[in-house]
This record gives sequence, C-alpha cells and structure tokens, in this order.
Amino acid sequence: MEPVLWFGWFRADIIAEYGELFWRGLGMTIGVTLICIVQGSLLGLLVGLARLADARHNPAKLLCRVLLRWPASIYVSFFRGTPLFVQILLIHFAVLPLLVNPVDGLIVAGDAARELKQNYGALVSGVLALTLNAGAYISEIFRAGIQSIDRGQIEAARSLGLSFPRTIYHVVLPQAFRRMLPPLGNNAIALLKDSSLISAIGLAELAYAARTVAGAYSRYWEPYLTISLMYWLLTLALAYGVRRLEIRYGRGDTR
Amino acid sequence: MAEAIRVSALTKHYGQLQVLRGIDCAVADSEVVCVIGPSGSGKSTLLRCLNGLEAASSGQVLVHGVPVHDPATDLDQLRTEIGMVFQRFNLFPHKTVLENITLAPGVVRRLTASAARDRAELLLRKVGVLDKRDAYPNRLSGGQQQRVAIARALAMQPRIMLFDEPTSSLDPEMVGEVLAVMQTLGEEGMTMVVVTHEMAFARRVADRVLFLDQGQLVEEGTPADLFDQPQEARTQRFLSKVL
Repeated sequence: MEPVLWFGWFRADIIAEYGELFWRGLGMTIGVTLICIVQGSLLGLLVGLARLADARHNPAKLLCRVLLRWPASIYVSFFRGTPLFVQILLIHFAVLPLLVNPVDGLIVAGDAARELKQNYGALVSGVLALTLNAGAYISEIFRAGIQSIDRGQIEAARSLGLSFPRTIYHVVLPQAFRRMLPPLGNNAIALLKDSSLISAIGLAELAYAARTVAGAYSRYWEPYLTISLMYWLLTLALAYGVRRLEIRYGRGDTR
Repeated sequence: MAEAIRVSALTKHYGQLQVLRGIDCAVADSEVVCVIGPSGSGKSTLLRCLNGLEAASSGQVLVHGVPVHDPATDLDQLRTEIGMVFQRFNLFPHKTVLENITLAPGVVRRLTASAARDRAELLLRKVGVLDKRDAYPNRLSGGQQQRVAIARALAMQPRIMLFDEPTSSLDPEMVGEVLAVMQTLGEEGMTMVVVTHEMAFARRVADRVLFLDQGQLVEEGTPADLFDQPQEARTQRFLSKVL
C-alpha cells in the first residue's frame, strides 16, 4: 500500500491496513468492559451486603462475622491493596494453571483444558482478574451507598412488616442506587481504561492491537494516538450514559 | 375489654445508660393511651419496644398474647398488625404517595395492584391528601407527609397504631390537621399508643395518660385525674412546666 500522509506526518495507511485488528480490538475491549461491569456489580453487591451482615442473636451473630464479614473484608483489602497489573499476572500464570490444566486441573482437565487455555486463556484470566478487582471497589460503593440511607427508612419499612431482604430490595437499594450512580460511573470508566492492562497476557484488545502495529512498523504516533481517541470516545459515551441514568433515577430527589 | 398490649418488667439499657427501668403497663383494645414525659424519659424507647424496633434488655411485651421479644416470634408477621407513625414521617422519597401506601399491602399482604390502589385511595381521601396521590413526598408539606404516613400504616389494616411524637417536627399551623386525623381514628375504635408533647390532645382524646420520667412509669390515670390532680411530685413539677 502506498503511504498516505495526513497533515504531512500521520501515516493513515498503517491504520487502514490494520483496520480489522483495531475493530476487533475495540469489540474485545467493549465486550470485556461490559462483562466486567455486570459481573463486578453483582459481585460488589454481594460482597457489600456481606460486609454489612449482622444478626440480633447468637449464634447467627457470630456466623455473620466469621463467615461473611471477615472473608469479605480480607477480599476487599487484598484486591484494593495490590496492583491490578500484578493481580492479572498472578491469576493468569499462577491461579488459572491450577484450575485449568491438562494434567490435574481442579475445574477443567484433559484436552478440554488444553483447548480452553490455548484459545481463551487470556480472556478468562483477564475477565476474572478485572471482575475480582472491580468487585472489590464496587462493594465499597454499595456499602457506603447502603449505609448512607437514613435508618428511619429501614424502620418505616420494617414496621410495615417488610422482611429485611424486602426492605433492602424495595426501599434501600433504589435510594442507594441513585447515590451510587456517580461513583459507579467513575468505576466503569476506570474499568474500561484498566482493561488495556490485559494486553500484557496477550488478549487481543485495543492496546494489544496498537502494540502489534507499533511493532510491525516501528511507528508509535499512529497506533497509540488512534487507540487513545477510541478510549476517549468510549469514556465520553459511558459518562453520557451514566448522566442519563442519573436523570432517570433522580425522581423524588430532594435536590 | 380484651388486652391489646401488656408490658411487664421491661428494661432497656445502652451500655451503662439505663433508659427503661422496669416498666409495667397495659393497653386495652380500642383504648387510646398517651405517653407523656420530659425528653430522655424513655417514652420513645418504650414505644419502639412494643413492635420490636428496639430490642428489650429484659422483661416482656405481649401484643395480643404474642411475646414480641421472643426470638421464636415472627416479628414481620406481628408488625403487620401494628402500624407505626414516626416523628420524621419516613416516607419513601423514591416512591409517589400512592406507591408509598401500596408497597406493603402488595408485597406483604399480596394484594393485587388494583385492590391495593383502591384501598390507598380510600385512605388518602380519609386523611385528605387524595389530590397528591401521584406526587413525590418532597412536594408535600410536613402535615401532608405525616397524614400520608398515617394512611401508609393504616393500609396494612393494623389492630394497633403507635405514634412516636407525630407532630414534633411539624410547623405549628400543621399540627391541627394531623391531630384531627388521629382523633378520628381514636373515635373509630383504633387501639392507639401516642407519645406526645401535645397536652391538649392528650386531655381531649386519651382514655388514659402515662407519665414517664427517667425510665420509670411514675403515674398513670385518666386525663382528668392526671392533669388536674397529679399525685406524684415529679408529675406535678413536669405539668407545671408544660401546661
């Protein structure tokens, strides 16, 4: 292909040549981000609730502490207290081989394991690491959101005969969700950007595409500027979506 | 008359702080009992022990014979029989007036949406806030919010209503409308326990008045007896300040 120069220095032909790689990378980045937002939010909700678990009488009171609050705290502390990059490497090169292994995998073994690792190893590890990391941060958002709800709301619901789970579902979470949306949005944006770290274990997402192109041509402006713009557009779209949700769920707000 | 509530030797302490020091009292069916006393006397704590919002330290509360503080008691079931109205209204801000009222009947009593709606509108007409049915609570005045809160509690068709200083966070001009609703309710035969600073209301509506001070039930009697011929020095001192 003939070199195509934009503004006298931007080799647009390189981007065009690897167009499909970028598009697939974009699809992978979006897919991984969405999956991790959904899974991380569910995990975060469960862990957040676990960190708040309590009971009125023993032995349930003790069980809540030992089986729910302590493990949840340790999990959150670990994943917030270590670098995501290290978590990705740890999960991909240490944890995953333990679980998925042709010889003695704990979850998958034999040829299925070989196939899975070959084709989807980086994807599984990356999604797992990012989900666990996001879950830890999101659980703190849920915890703070739930704790910010006035006790009177819970008392009013309980006095009407609503059980604790129903109170959480019908009264606490809808109100907490409204307050959690801005931090959840920030978290989703961080997750989108952090997904680029998975390229280190060979997942073909946006950053990986850029690295491939940079390696092939020894040109750096074109690929990295291109993916920077793509990430930027994605984060702008996410921020816009979150703002729409805030407006939609802002009904009845005192402000 | 049958007994609605019986409280025996009820105590409550938070750490070192003794809030209730052995309360014995009873409320009959269809009786309106007002609980008065200085702030910090334990009035609200006593009320909140009646539906288990507050755990008792010792002693017993029976509501229609059911022990409230027995771990084996299904508190959710029991609470459907006991409505409660709070000082700060505690309406659900993310739900409209109508949704506030239909939530519990729908979720707990499994009423159909239309049945819950009919019941809610009937109650809203009764408390005079029907025109606000589709508004969110933050658009309502304090008096309207409290009347909606009363309707919300009544929608579960409770046999007992508890009121925790229902007019204390209202502007003075709105107190009357809330008390009027409560008076009507009492006249219709609802069993009511009302923690209040409204002495005129207590005198007019209550069948019996309890005076609490420092976690003890100091004196009880008909409004005429308690307000006009208080026997205890503490009661006299309190009444001389508030009347």
